[in-house]
Amino acid sequence: MSTNSFASVQNENNLKLPVTIQAFIAEAGDLAYFSARFFRELRPSQMEWAEWMNQSFRIGNLTLPLVAITGFIMGLVITIQSYPSMAAFGAESWLPSVVSVSLVREIVPVITALICAGKIGSGIGAELGSMKVTEQIDAMEVSGTNPYNYLVVTRILATTLMVPMLVVISDAIALYGAFLGVNMKQDVSFSLYTHQIFQKLTFNDVLPSITKSFFFGFAIGAVGCYKGFVTRNGTQGVGVSANSAVVLSTFVVFLIDLLAAQLSDIFSIT
Amino acid sequence: MSGSSEHILEVRDLSISFGSNHVLRKFSMFLDEGENVVVLGKSGSGKSVLIKCIIGLLEADSGSVRVMGNEVSAITSRELDKLRSSIGFLFQSNALYDSMTVRENLEFPLRRHRRQLSKAEREALVIQALNDVALPHTIDYLPEELSGGMKKRIALARALMLKPRIILYDEPTTGLDPITAREISALIVRIQKRYNTSSIIISHDMNCVRATANRVVLLIDGKSYCEGSTAGLSESNDENVKAFFDLPQ
Repeated sequence: MSTNSFASVQNENNLKLPVTIQAFIAEAGDLAYFSARFFRELRPSQMEWAEWMNQSFRIGNLTLPLVAITGFIMGLVITIQSYPSMAAFGAESWLPSVVSVSLVREIVPVITALICAGKIGSGIGAELGSMKVTEQIDAMEVSGTNPYNYLVVTRILATTLMVPMLVVISDAIALYGAFLGVNMKQDVSFSLYTHQIFQKLTFNDVLPSITKSFFFGFAIGAVGCYKGFVTRNGTQGVGVSANSAVVLSTFVVFLIDLLAAQLSDIFSIT
Repeated sequence: MSGSSEHILEVRDLSISFGSNHVLRKFSMFLDEGENVVVLGKSGSGKSVLIKCIIGLLEADSGSVRVMGNEVSAITSRELDKLRSSIGFLFQSNALYDSMTVRENLEFPLRRHRRQLSKAEREALVIQALNDVALPHTIDYLPEELSGGMKKRIALARALMLKPRIILYDEPTTGLDPITAREISALIVRIQKRYNTSSIIISHDMNCVRATANRVVLLIDGKSYCEGSTAGLSESNDENVKAFFDLPQ
């Protein structure tokens, strides 16, 4: 057993967890504590509304083009790729319904969240990391301003509210992309297409999708801020923070998605 | 060391370690109203750690820091925020908010602690602070557009925005050319006289020490080795003191 990566076994009755697992558990605990603080600090009277608006604009508006293009391509590609399989079973008329359900329930929320994890999560991690290593966060603290309130609460609230909005917009654009995809193979009017979509797509498909998007947004904001706040080792550390913010928030997005699928199944929201 | 409780700031038996590195070992000092005290020591001797303990950015292992009658480690975070609004802090790296203009940097503390001020009143205070540091034309500049000396002056202007009673300077002249360093030292003295501030100046720049200090505390091995006026210490025969004061000007 390597003493570098694993804690040594002191004796037969006192086994220790490997150091890497200890570090993972410690980081998970730190992240949970850091995230829980958001709810303690979230008070309308102390909210930095101007900064929240600024962050919402940056996170929502500036991510919209990327999310919109990706949503359009997703709708188009999924439809084109699904068509041969559906045609093999003579079920071409089911294409709008099947594609819309898979897009709205799973593909669009998860892909949008992953794009946001890459763009927003890394941006927040790098920005706050840079502020940390250049003592700007300390400067904020010594000026009597709570940096968690100013920097973290505003960003987490912005991501929590903006990611679901991006998902809704991306849903609409993806469904339009799917409409074009359907029309590349068949001649279907827009009204017939929407009719077919809403025959199958119900509130029980939309609700879990939107609900989990709030959690995706919260996780992306919280992980990005956490990674920024714990940045060390100068500019090299900023790069590490940005990178690990993407990796960890991507992992958390999939974890939430798995949990959401299980909960939907348990509560029969299928 | 005086035991009087009338000091505006008093550090008593402060100890802090990072792992096995004992940075401060029962360090004590005090600061009186209107006084400039320089804490002098070699690089890595714990000077910056000392002022970060004073402002509450670092928590000491033991000892006491009393600022304007408040025990820093014993007050709530809200009380600490209020106390900090009476203390200006000049970082060695300046720590200007790089995404904000000079105006926004200077307005930042006002927006949080002087909410009752109108926009015109805020603007007037910003211009006054910029005039104090002789940089009124930089009001709409971003920090990246400023030279090192200008950044230092703007950081000092930001530290002055809330009219603090105490200012903590962390290596105010490090990294500056000799002329700019002299200007910054002169500015520190001018601010002390104009606003009657009390300051702790962390430095190992002897020109800055001579220009600004009313009293010098020598920090060696984590302890207050000795203290006195620059004139008094200059005449000391102690090798550790001479190592600093015999340096050419």
